[in-house]
Amino acid sequence: MTDRGFDKKVVVVGGGLAGLSAAMKLADAGCLVSIVSVTKVKRSHSVCAQGGINAAINSKGENDSPIIHAYDTIKGGDFLANQPPILEMCYTAPRIIEMLDRFGCTFNRTPEGFLDFRRFGGTLYNRTAFCGASTGQQLLYSLDEQVRRFEAKGRVVKYENHEFMRLVLDENGIARGIVYMDLFNLKLDVLEADAVVIATGGPGLIFKKSTNSTFCTGAAVGRLYRQGMKYANGEFIQIHPTAIPGSDKLRLISESVRGEGGRIWVYGDSSKYIESPSGKLIPCGITGEPWYFLEEMYPAFGNLVPRDIGSREVLRVCELGLGADGGAQVYLDVTHLPEETIKKLESVLEIYRKFTGYDPTKIPMKIFPAVHYSMGGAWVDWPAADDEDRMQRFRQMTNIPGCFAAGECEYQYHGANRLGANALLACIFAGLVTGTEIPRYIAGSDTKAKNRDDSMYAEAIEAEEKIKKDLFARNGKENVHKLHDELSDILVKNVTVKRNNPDLKLTMEKIHTIEDRFKNISLDDKSRFANQTYAFANQFIYMLDLAKIITKGALLRNEFRGAHFKPEFPKRDDENWLKTTIAVYDPKTGDPSISYEKVDTRHLDPQGEKRDYTTAKKIIPKLKNIPANLERQLPL
Amino acid sequence: MEDERRFYTLRILRGSPGHQYMEEFLLPLKPHENVISGLMEIQRNPINAKGEKVAPVVWEQGCLEEVCGSCSMLINGKPRQACSCLVEPLIKETNSSVITLAPFTKFPLVRDLIVDRSIMFENLKKVHAWIETDGLYDKGFGPKISQEKQQVMYVLSTCMTCGCCTEACPQVNDKSKFVGPQIMAQVRLFNAHPTGKMQRDLRLRPLMEEGGIADCGNAQNCVRVCPKKLPLTDAIAGIARDVNNVVLRNLFGLPDRE
Repeated sequence: MTDRGFDKKVVVVGGGLAGLSAAMKLADAGCLVSIVSVTKVKRSHSVCAQGGINAAINSKGENDSPIIHAYDTIKGGDFLANQPPILEMCYTAPRIIEMLDRFGCTFNRTPEGFLDFRRFGGTLYNRTAFCGASTGQQLLYSLDEQVRRFEAKGRVVKYENHEFMRLVLDENGIARGIVYMDLFNLKLDVLEADAVVIATGGPGLIFKKSTNSTFCTGAAVGRLYRQGMKYANGEFIQIHPTAIPGSDKLRLISESVRGEGGRIWVYGDSSKYIESPSGKLIPCGITGEPWYFLEEMYPAFGNLVPRDIGSREVLRVCELGLGADGGAQVYLDVTHLPEETIKKLESVLEIYRKFTGYDPTKIPMKIFPAVHYSMGGAWVDWPAADDEDRMQRFRQMTNIPGCFAAGECEYQYHGANRLGANALLACIFAGLVTGTEIPRYIAGSDTKAKNRDDSMYAEAIEAEEKIKKDLFARNGKENVHKLHDELSDILVKNVTVKRNNPDLKLTMEKIHTIEDRFKNISLDDKSRFANQTYAFANQFIYMLDLAKIITKGALLRNEFRGAHFKPEFPKRDDENWLKTTIAVYDPKTGDPSISYEKVDTRHLDPQGEKRDYTTAKKIIPKLKNIPANLERQLPL
Repeated sequence: MEDERRFYTLRILRGSPGHQYMEEFLLPLKPHENVISGLMEIQRNPINAKGEKVAPVVWEQGCLEEVCGSCSMLINGKPRQACSCLVEPLIKETNSSVITLAPFTKFPLVRDLIVDRSIMFENLKKVHAWIETDGLYDKGFGPKISQEKQQVMYVLSTCMTCGCCTEACPQVNDKSKFVGPQIMAQVRLFNAHPTGKMQRDLRLRPLMEEGGIADCGNAQNCVRVCPKKLPLTDAIAGIARDVNNVVLRNLFGLPDRE
């Protein structure tokens, strides 16, 4: 290749929204990109996102702005997120929507032919662009198509049905490539690279019965953690209020259902009382009549309170014995909505119809909260636009030089709770950012392939061969899938909506026991071809690591913030806990060692900022210290 | 009550190319369970109906809510997604507690229920199944699109590349090069977009070659099995018209017109 850009080789691991936007931007910048994905990238978990993508385009005459979007996001995350990356994400959001519109993404339209927007949780503004109720699928396809365009030109090469196994690190600890495994013939090989982007999504499968796809084991990030990568805010796991119970997975019923007017209720019982957000005891509605408990307790936001609040209230109402049919479920009702609105929700209502056999337009749906999203993930750097060392550091880079992360697998944008329709935005934004930072990283560092010592690649493969040999040689009585069931059962029970320290301690012990028993597995499949049992056993090693990070982080954090609710410590405690949890692998104990980092609150001081969804009104928030050169730093 | 412990059988065509065999598994029937849950149960307890311990069955899966296209297989001979196939209704419908699973036959077999569907993605490259863009820099919104057109495009764009239509198509076989129905719907999608239209002929030309639109036998199986209910036969008819127009344009040497 004569193209001068092609001396920049980048490996992107993962082909969801973050991975594909990174690959696209990098290819556009002249890099040669290899995408490594456990599945056809078009099947990545991003397809499951239903409701939409946020951007303060302000096309509904509401005086919406990126500042208000940033304010909603910071507040929605209960002030735990560093603020500079959020600000830039919200400023870039309208351009991201415009770009996707040019790619032909099938956004819903107004009668005049412009993009339409709906309302979502945690905001009072209509700023969510959407494609029916399968927005993630449509966005992913648009990016998949653009990446295919680059693939046809030879600027992107895909390694699908291949799994990332480890980074190749040189003697200075700089990422120089990856080891990957062909999931069909189980052969290990290396890809040399000047930089690596990890975009492998969340770890929902640790909880098994989550809304996640079966790809979402978190193993890639667990592997990096073993190689020294810092993992941040692991204990913050989002529980989505509305999912359909099921035995293989819990299927999501999008927040857009409520955004379009769906209402949550149970039958009231005026003999029972519940504590309202203001601390007053109120009766649980009128006996025998629908009680719209979110609307009563949170009049300002109603059914569109942030997800952490929604899930807690659903659980609380069920604990009072008010659940639908006396069980752990409440009604989500769209039977009153007009046909035009139902049409916009068709793909999600179809999921309910297909998997339960009931027609949600005739009978209210029965739903319950489910593990949905990880706010925590790989720690990544973010020099702000006007920081003095802005150009000496690299945005989205992990603490391992040359290894970047983007998407749900990193921790940066959502703090203690993610707002609906911000995930798709954060994935695409962070992916694009890696696409602008990596060429600068490669240009400025001595990462040229020539200087490399081949032995580090051979050693990295050897290390993985050893793990493989060991797993195949194990000859005990345990079945890895049964251990997975046990792990997920205890995590769902003790480390989701409501947490307490004795149970968390017990969970840590249980994880250690499972880890010990894992030594006594035997693979029921000894084949060396398309062996899924082996592939899963290898992932399970690292799922246990992440389970420990999540549980230990939760155990230590003695406060109530966002999705982390500990009734023993019922208040947000900024004095002691306004800090980012950092987990580092300790090779001596095999456990995470935990430390803390200051949260960057330069734009909005959390002190005195209440997280109020009961009386809040539309305001123009005052954000301080907005960099004068912000616009020039945006990736689009 | 007898209901408390009911069982059903998964009869699965397994093995590798040239070495396929049937194997049965007796599984407990739980309410609302889908075929995938049955396969997951085999992973936990890989014992066949004869009581022999065997290697667990391998298959592709992903979202488990019929939006990723991974878990395509033949279920009682019909191409569909295993995740949305609920066991109990199927038993009632067929009046049989045996459900037969087999891998697709129109794609190269990998192992058990896994086949290699890469050809469908290669075909997307051949027909330029994307919108041409000048670059990724900020250039504002794309063209305005009517609500009606958006709805048509949205449906075409929900194609998961699952392969059910190709599997069901009698024209896709060893003796023919027919690219299958999926690709027609995608050409239709991109050619409907105001920007995509500018490269219309680029997408139509590959469909004028051997294995293209002329090879459709109009059996209409595709539209019956599509899990996303894509109007595949309409798309094929539309492409046939468009291809004729290209032929005419080529004949008279006219530039592309609206």
